[in-house]
Amino acid sequence: MATKSTTVLDARAVERTLKRMAVEIVELNGGTDDLVIVGIQRRGVQLADRLVKMIEGGEGVTVPEGSLDITLYRDDLQTVGPRPVVGPTNLPWELDGKHVVIVDDVLYTGRTVRAALDELADFGRPASISLAVLIDRGGRELPIHADVVGKKVEVADDERVDVLVAELDERTEVVIVPKSAA
Amino acid sequence: MTGTLGKDLLGLESLTGDQIRLILDTAEPFKEISERAIKKVPALRGSTIVNLFFENSTRTRISFEFAEKRLSADTVNVSSTGSSVSKGETLVDTARNLEAMRIDMVVIRHSASGAAHFLAERIQSNVINAGDGTHEHPTQGLLDLLTLRDNLGDLRGRRVCICGDILHSRVARSNIWGLTKLGAEVAVCGPRSLLPNAIDEFGVQIFDRVEEAIEWAEALNVLRLQFERMTAGYIPSAREYNRVFGISRERLDRAPRDILILHPGPMNRGVEIDSDVADGPHSVILDQVTNGVAVRMAVLYLLAGGKPELAEAAKGGSGRGREDRE
Repeated sequence: MATKSTTVLDARAVERTLKRMAVEIVELNGGTDDLVIVGIQRRGVQLADRLVKMIEGGEGVTVPEGSLDITLYRDDLQTVGPRPVVGPTNLPWELDGKHVVIVDDVLYTGRTVRAALDELADFGRPASISLAVLIDRGGRELPIHADVVGKKVEVADDERVDVLVAELDERTEVVIVPKSAA
Repeated sequence: MTGTLGKDLLGLESLTGDQIRLILDTAEPFKEISERAIKKVPALRGSTIVNLFFENSTRTRISFEFAEKRLSADTVNVSSTGSSVSKGETLVDTARNLEAMRIDMVVIRHSASGAAHFLAERIQSNVINAGDGTHEHPTQGLLDLLTLRDNLGDLRGRRVCICGDILHSRVARSNIWGLTKLGAEVAVCGPRSLLPNAIDEFGVQIFDRVEEAIEWAEALNVLRLQFERMTAGYIPSAREYNRVFGISRERLDRAPRDILILHPGPMNRGVEIDSDVADGPHSVILDQVTNGVAVRMAVLYLLAGGKPELAEAAKGGSGRGREDRE
């Protein structure tokens, strides 16, 4: 069992990776027209924010940005112990006909993305929905894949990937830590 | 996450400040759901909730029903007229029969103080008190707290006066408990005949003149004169009450600051509150109603499901916490 944490990406590597992802997102959608970036609470929101700023830097266009909290769409609400904290959802944009890019920090089982797809459907009918994640750690339990991936990492079952962002965690870093760590 | 609510919500007296803050914080994101085009999330899908209303109610019953439906629960409304209650069936028998049909939660309003406690001890479903006699009305207290917090921020040290018929008011009791637990300063103001004898035990200030209350307070929670519960001559007349204790524009104009006006409804316009105050710029009476749905969604969400034995079984699987799943 792993006992200490390993750094996967430091702050500069995260920045570099996001820059490439921003370019790929624009390429994938053939420009910035009708593009909407939606971050999943919590760390996905800060990553989405940075991607929007990078797209703005590269393309000179500020694409609409929203945030999504998927707690109430989870498939395990009847089984979790203490009720998970619900964060704010903020999607003030009309989604019909838009190209929505969901942004999350880590893609693992795919259940969070499944919930996000369900929730987005309640807000409208986008022309397309794609997925951008900073880290893909494998271990999918649903037929879901990411369209834009920052970095793929091999992670043991008893380990966890933590994405830290300066906005919430005082530093930006991606680390692998033992699951038992708080 | 600090603390959970347990099985039932029976009153604010038994909750801690942290538990009350947990409900209010949870209510925040629920406000947005009611602003969506599709006002529905699947959180309580498959849960069955019975609204057991043994006393008349428009606002509370409909508010609970909206809250339940916006969380995708299935709901049934039972009232005392038109059910076997009018044939003399006891409260417990009614509830046990409902439970035999496999329900998950009961929201109960009853004219007897303690009815919700009584029920909660006897059935396995979650019980939410929607008003029991003159005892407590916790969700009203919570929505008042949320509305005050929206407007005043942190309630520590803020001055709130509850005006009018304190004696018959379960809303007053829930408010006093809730406000004190959040650190607010609380006062009551009304004719002595409408204050409970034991009011001193609540540790609140008492104003005999409404002018003093207005001078002191940052917010007034104006209660309805509950004529239907007044079995004796508590006040000379509604008109006399309005002249001495009514909240009027003239009285508020003399206040040293703008005062937030709350009223749990239904209002007796021209009795405890004048129309130009109820509809005035500092009235948050309709915000209270909007917040009522969010607060009730929060309570339903926090009480529902979350069965510890299932959580234990799910451990090691994929579906425990979002942090674990990623």
